[in-house]
Amino acid sequence: MIEINNITKSFRSNKVLDGLNLVIKTGETKVIIGRSGCGKSVLLKHIVGILKPEKGGVAIDGLEITKLSDKELNLYRLRLKIAMLFQGGALFDSLTVGENVAFVLSEYTDTSKSTIIKRVKESLSMVGLKDIEHLMPSDLSGGMKKRVALARAICTKPKILLYDEPTTGVDPITADAINDLIIEFHDKLEITSIVVTHDMISAYKVADRIAMLYAGKIIQMGTPDEIKNTTNPFVKQFITGASAGAITDRENLVFGHVQD
Amino acid sequence: MRGIQERLVSILAYIGGLTSLGYQATVLSVTPPLKLSRFFNQAKRIGLDSLPIVSIVALFTGMILAFQTTYLLKKLSSEIYIANLVALSLVRELGPVFTALVVAGRVGASITAEMGTMTVTEQVDALQTLAANPVKYLVVPRFLGMVIMLPLLVIYTDLIGILGGFTICVYKLGVTGSMYMAMTFQSLVLKDLFSGLMKSLVFGIIIALVSCYEGLRTSGGAEGVGRSTTLSVVTSFILIITADCVFTALFYFVF
Repeated sequence: MIEINNITKSFRSNKVLDGLNLVIKTGETKVIIGRSGCGKSVLLKHIVGILKPEKGGVAIDGLEITKLSDKELNLYRLRLKIAMLFQGGALFDSLTVGENVAFVLSEYTDTSKSTIIKRVKESLSMVGLKDIEHLMPSDLSGGMKKRVALARAICTKPKILLYDEPTTGVDPITADAINDLIIEFHDKLEITSIVVTHDMISAYKVADRIAMLYAGKIIQMGTPDEIKNTTNPFVKQFITGASAGAITDRENLVFGHVQD
Repeated sequence: MRGIQERLVSILAYIGGLTSLGYQATVLSVTPPLKLSRFFNQAKRIGLDSLPIVSIVALFTGMILAFQTTYLLKKLSSEIYIANLVALSLVRELGPVFTALVVAGRVGASITAEMGTMTVTEQVDALQTLAANPVKYLVVPRFLGMVIMLPLLVIYTDLIGILGGFTICVYKLGVTGSMYMAMTFQSLVLKDLFSGLMKSLVFGIIIALVSCYEGLRTSGGAEGVGRSTTLSVVTSFILIITADCVFTALFYFVF
């Protein structure tokens, strides 16, 4: 179980997270929706321990991780329990696809070479790729990069997987394939997943529960059906994708006025 | 007043950041496991790949020095000291400084651009989520490569520079080869070599830390990478020249 208690984080004078509370149950797929730049990625980086909050804490299975140093995080093998899929894939340019996927196993475990090769093959085939171990990331398309990044994330058999906009920037077919993978990891591997996205099709499809992040807080949480039938005007504008509504009113944003 | 205050604070913060990175890099350099292959890659990139440009700079510097000192010493009728002057200026001063500036421009810039790109494309974050310490994985090999290869490059520069002076003096100014070499090695004492290498070690630390630090704190996409690469080279140049002045004064007064 992941418990996020009252965390606050600012960059310069901009308060990105403002006393945010969220609980993710073990084995659950939680989708966090919200506008670009509202702090969804920042929230993920707190859960994986790259960023530390100014106030509040994050506990994973009862272990408070925000107080731990990098060394302690590695000691508890926590970093290997949690994997993260980055928005652009974040594959290492200087390593081949195979070396990218094998990174943790070959750098930080005593796994034998033959086992590593087998695990890399397995992970790649899980995301629908094969025989590309020798390619460099620069040879891959955007969608393939994302799938390789996903293979790298699952290669360590994590218990928790964080997805940062997994379907952004890929074609609809790849997007749906990624959605299916998220569902499969949930059903078969019982991985706890947190998916950050603003793609509502993906959100409805993969989520057990959807939470909407707005102004540094979770303003509503519920099952996909509950979110669809929301009465909250902020959530409503977001999920219907209207260019005018509560969110834009509050921010004094007016779209679509071309000067004559 | 407020502007100056903020400036001062940001300079202090910068020095603090560099120092902290230097401390971490030093500690992690001697903490196992050590991956030698990563160090060798960087050593090749910093040392071996810099040889062509360093050779050209060193050769011409030696030749120019020979011409200029001849011009001066002729007026004083003491041409006999040309070799001494060339050797001393190269070993004590120009060798370390020119090599450091060339390496800061050639290698320091590429380190910042590479690490800056890794930072803005979240590769550095990804390293952390994959249980790797970015300082250990990225900074240590570059730091060690720079600190070990720059002094070696400086020795090479000194030799090529002396060779440059040698060609001018022997083929153009009529000094005999044996005379030139004798004067060169007669004038140099261990202290000169030591002060030059000491400087190059410090310059190596400066280039490595500044270029890695700028790379790791890059933000803001392609423009940010460009900005931090420029900053990295400019900061390295300023720090190298400042450190050079301090060290020269130190060696002058103390030793």
